[in-house]
Amino acid sequence: MWKWLHPYAKTERAHQLAGTLFPWFALPGLILFTLGTVWGLVFAPADYQQGDAFRIIYIHVPSALLSMSVYASMAICGFIGLVWQIRTCYMAIAAIAPVGAVLTFIALWTGATWGKPMWGTWWVWDARLTSELILLFLYFGIMALYASFEDKLQAGKAVSVMAMVGVINLPIIHYSVEWWNTLHQGATISKFEKPSMAPEMLWPLLINLLGLALLSGALVLQRLRNEIVMRELRRPWVINMLKEQ
Amino acid sequence: MVYCSPTSLIVGTILLTAENLSCIKQDRLLFSQLNFSVSAGNGLYIKGENGAGKTSLLRILTGLSQPAEGSVLWQQKDITSDFEEYATNLVYLGHKLGLNGNLSAIDNLVFWNTVNSIDDTTDLYELLSLLGLAGLEDMPVNRLSAGQQRRVSLARLWLKPAALWILDEPFNALDVQAVELLIDKIKSHITGGGSLVITSHLDMVTRLNCDVLHMEYNI
Amino acid sequence: MIRVLNAIVKREFKLAFSGSFDFALPLLFGVMVISLFPLGVSPGPEMLQKIGAGVIWVSAILASLLGLEKLFREDFRDGSLEQLRLSGQPFAVILLVKVVVHWLITVGPILILSPLFALFLNLTPLMFEALFLTLLLGTPMLSLVGAIAVALTLSLEKGGILLALLMLPLFIPLLIFATSAVNNAQLQLNYNGQLGIIAAMLMLAIALTPWSISFAVKVSQN
Repeated sequence: MWKWLHPYAKTERAHQLAGTLFPWFALPGLILFTLGTVWGLVFAPADYQQGDAFRIIYIHVPSALLSMSVYASMAICGFIGLVWQIRTCYMAIAAIAPVGAVLTFIALWTGATWGKPMWGTWWVWDARLTSELILLFLYFGIMALYASFEDKLQAGKAVSVMAMVGVINLPIIHYSVEWWNTLHQGATISKFEKPSMAPEMLWPLLINLLGLALLSGALVLQRLRNEIVMRELRRPWVINMLKEQ
Repeated sequence: MVYCSPTSLIVGTILLTAENLSCIKQDRLLFSQLNFSVSAGNGLYIKGENGAGKTSLLRILTGLSQPAEGSVLWQQKDITSDFEEYATNLVYLGHKLGLNGNLSAIDNLVFWNTVNSIDDTTDLYELLSLLGLAGLEDMPVNRLSAGQQRRVSLARLWLKPAALWILDEPFNALDVQAVELLIDKIKSHITGGGSLVITSHLDMVTRLNCDVLHMEYNI
Repeated sequence: MIRVLNAIVKREFKLAFSGSFDFALPLLFGVMVISLFPLGVSPGPEMLQKIGAGVIWVSAILASLLGLEKLFREDFRDGSLEQLRLSGQPFAVILLVKVVVHWLITVGPILILSPLFALFLNLTPLMFEALFLTLLLGTPMLSLVGAIAVALTLSLEKGGILLALLMLPLFIPLLIFATSAVNNAQLQLNYNGQLGIIAAMLMLAIALTPWSISFAVKVSQN
């Protein structure tokens, strides 16, 4: 496994690989996401309690779920980068962080929008919303730290450490906020843990989740390619590649 | 703790080896595939323009920085395998002096002696007066001039019995007498079987009969 | 090893108390922040009692953030950290000792003056007891976790705001459990659970951070 992967740690091969993989992520991602969104927003049945307002779930839930797992993937990149000294992993963190931050922001925004008709206010200190907000701060921290260093190799190592510290803290933050929330307002009616979702409502959600995951992957791949080129501008292989184009 | 004192080494044994060292700073390849070795009783003079990566190379040799590729060996063992042991055999004088400005020269030296587990046998006052700092021993270091501060930091060479000296521009800010003193000290270190890696802009390093490594500035 | 650590502790204390007043600045800052709240919110004793624990804890977090900035800065700038790393002594242990001493010097006064804060904000004796215990267990964790971020930003010129951005989100669980312990004390309820969780987080921090701090310093020295 390792022997097979090792060549891809080199930036040039990683650039190629990301380029090859990109259409396989972008195209199915786009198709699935369009399919899921149209199905969810137009054809899925309305919720008997919330009416059409619940449809925002088709954007909100996938982005919220992904925002957390994208952070985890960033920490994994950091771990691999630090242990095996792979520069490409550091670049991957730089590529992932803004994508994760945008997903988190979408989750927050749609959550607030959903809150208006459901709870009557734009912002409620609901446990999930609060931990999403903290997650957004963590992403901002990573992005700011990376941007602060002149030497991007050092920056990569620093954000790797920070991402790993964050990922250890994330569950602690998540559970503490949940606990704090139940303490403050009693049991919140959970919008997510409905006993069972009707399959015709669930399918578009799952399709959207997969679609958005693939789209995020495509964005990360493209950003990784850019990052690699930006960082290796002086290398012969980049110069040759740019000449050919 | 066992010291590898310079006299116990046979002249000519290879102490420090650089294997395929590469260094990338700010996305610029400073050097790559650098190979050399330094043996006991021998010195290496690293020459090169500003920005050629001399300081980066020295910091890699001390283990303070990691090379992008390659490794540094101390007596044929990778320095990262037993860094503590390597560090006890090493004196590094860098751009930063490692002296706290609010403490006096004596306090600084006593502190570093304790940290380096050196028993206080040398008379520190005598050493400081040898370095031309008589009467300034109890003055906070940041009130001394740049040259005097550097002289205080040179005291490490007299205090820490290490086989390998890595000196980054040690003659900076020193006056003629101090330069002579330092040259003599380095000479006796080398003849005593110690080894040396040095960078400097001064020509007098050639008086030390070191091997020369010329580093090119590449864009 | 003991001799080395002893020398480091002595040096830290000497530097902290030799003429400069720096060690008291975080404390003064904390007092300032605390005294702003009654002015800004309302001086009503009941209101103050209600928000007191939160206010004191937020001030303690901000004050320790302020103090942490200087944790390794001077030693990094003058090269002492490099030489410490080349001393052949276990680097992580040295750094841990520095963090602990720094905690004693900057956060210690806050702990000592915490009865005063409790008086300012009209906390009951029971609440003060809970507050003191949470501060005692919680603030070392602030220093340990904060030291990682401090170490990572050592080579950067602009430390302050970035440091806050990196650290504050990590301190939220501590804030939640600590204030809830004090609130429980206000209602004369048991708060062992919260204390236990804070203690567990502290243990986790003690186990994981020394290695991370030393790694982070090495990244900065690279």
